[in-house]
Amino acid sequence: MANQSDNRFSTWNMMKRSKTSYALIFPYFLLFFTFTVLPVVVSIFFSVTDFNMLQRPNFVGWSNYMRMFLNDDIFIIAIKNTLVFAVLTGPLSYFMCFAFAWIINELHPKIRALMTLVFYAPSISGNVYFIYSFIFSGDRYGFVNGQLLSFNIIDEPILFFQDEKYILPLLIVVQLWLSLGTGFLAFIAGLQTVDRTLYEAGAVDGVKNRFQELWFITLPSMLPQLMFAAVIQITAAFAVADISIQLAGFPSANYAGATVVTHLMDFGSFRFEMGYASAIATFLFIIMILANKAIQNLLKKVGT
Amino acid sequence: MAKKETLRRIKRKPKEVMLNRSIAGNAGLLFFISLMGVIMFLPMLFTIMNAFKPLDEMFYFPPRFFVRNPTMDNFFDLGVLLSTSWVPFSRYVLNTLIITGFGVVGHVLISSMAAYPISKHDFPGQKVLLRMVVLSLMFAGAVTAIPNYIIISALGMNNTYLAVIVPAFSYSLGFYLMKNFIDQLPDSLLESARMDGAKELRVYWSIVMPNVKPAWLTLTILQFQVLWGTTGGQFLRSEQLKPLNYALGQIVAGNIARQGAGSAVGLIMMSVPVTFFIVSQSKILQTMATSGMKE
Repeated sequence: MANQSDNRFSTWNMMKRSKTSYALIFPYFLLFFTFTVLPVVVSIFFSVTDFNMLQRPNFVGWSNYMRMFLNDDIFIIAIKNTLVFAVLTGPLSYFMCFAFAWIINELHPKIRALMTLVFYAPSISGNVYFIYSFIFSGDRYGFVNGQLLSFNIIDEPILFFQDEKYILPLLIVVQLWLSLGTGFLAFIAGLQTVDRTLYEAGAVDGVKNRFQELWFITLPSMLPQLMFAAVIQITAAFAVADISIQLAGFPSANYAGATVVTHLMDFGSFRFEMGYASAIATFLFIIMILANKAIQNLLKKVGT
Repeated sequence: MAKKETLRRIKRKPKEVMLNRSIAGNAGLLFFISLMGVIMFLPMLFTIMNAFKPLDEMFYFPPRFFVRNPTMDNFFDLGVLLSTSWVPFSRYVLNTLIITGFGVVGHVLISSMAAYPISKHDFPGQKVLLRMVVLSLMFAGAVTAIPNYIIISALGMNNTYLAVIVPAFSYSLGFYLMKNFIDQLPDSLLESARMDGAKELRVYWSIVMPNVKPAWLTLTILQFQVLWGTTGGQFLRSEQLKPLNYALGQIVAGNIARQGAGSAVGLIMMSVPVTFFIVSQSKILQTMATSGMKE
């Protein structure tokens, strides 16, 4: 008993002594709690209500979550699209980030800098991906249609971003084009910090080719970067929305480009069904955290 | 035998650390990466080409990739195209500059001020706070968009620049990278300043900050790409507050004849962050080397 209050006393003392530390972190964490933590809590709270911005929210239990899976066909399309997106672009973009960084790493420093720029540029160039709406424009002046027509491969221009068949694959291509971002940079930087003597030691110990070197030396030395980039790529892969809205329209033809995030925006920003939108947001939140945690556990096995 | 051979190679060329490489492998990978580079670069090049195409070249059949008679018309057209909107083109540019400028500076200052104690001090709650930030990297902002709208409205910031700028200050990726970069500053550096009687705020400002310049640049470019590309969403409703990217959306929403003007805005939009990255690449990579997650 005495011990416990002693502990509490010393924690309190430590907190008092750390006044300066708290003062320094205060502005950041005030904003962090207001705009990141509080919204998660609010979202979970609203997800069990029928809040609509106008009336007082009523508690409705699990019904929003039930509605998602039992009573909302478009949500099912959206979740299917999001999973296709995440399962394809998540691992593929992660692999691209690493493979490209790994190959670039051995080039001459000047060329390495140039290639880094070429791969990284799309992801920092604002909404320059709108160019795909011109490249794949649905009339004969669209670049791809024009070429296909002039070589007589097709007779009629293809309505790329209006045709269900093409929307999702094209969005995946654009997403991959945009995905060599922060994770890619982390790999470029990480590869340069791997201890060179490890490679020499490895060669002596019988590492025979670059792929063995990669698996036994490079990857295990880069585990922290692998973890970091995985978080960045997975989170981005689940959150695809902007490119779908800008390229395929909102709503897209037959909801072929609908994702969980566009669906959430539909209910949140246009129909003001905040309770239901919050349930979708909470569901996505849980999926993202679980996917990240699962991948982190998987990555711990690298090189073993 | 193989080991001896390898050892001999190490001894003969002490600077060449690339062991276990075959010429065929190098050539193959070089070919692959060049091909990928070209594929990645083509859409960017197409944007640049289109920005300089005169109107009649937009309607060539079959469409050409390269521009024949480059012109600046598309850039001059921007003013005309948006003359039907209530505000001049320069206003969109100004808005984007205000949002990006304040957002970036505030983010770098506030997040490094918090990253310093989290990295170098020892106080109750420190680990929990850090873990919360790392957890927040694992979900996207879209998840919190609706409550954020409600919170920002409640704070009376709706339809002001603040609605976009203030939440951006607490961008967690920037904080996380800054904290990791400060981790590797030697404690002795800070101790010697404290011996001289410097207060913590002073240590932060005159010791930590000058030593983490590479991290400033990194936070700047990451935050830059978020704010530079913002459309203001549902927060900036007044036309005179709308940023450049919104104007781009309006221009592109027109028909194919708008391709040139749209590409011109696209070129303006991409040239700024790309130039920034060219100038600061080595510093940014220095920061990213410390980005790793240790669980």
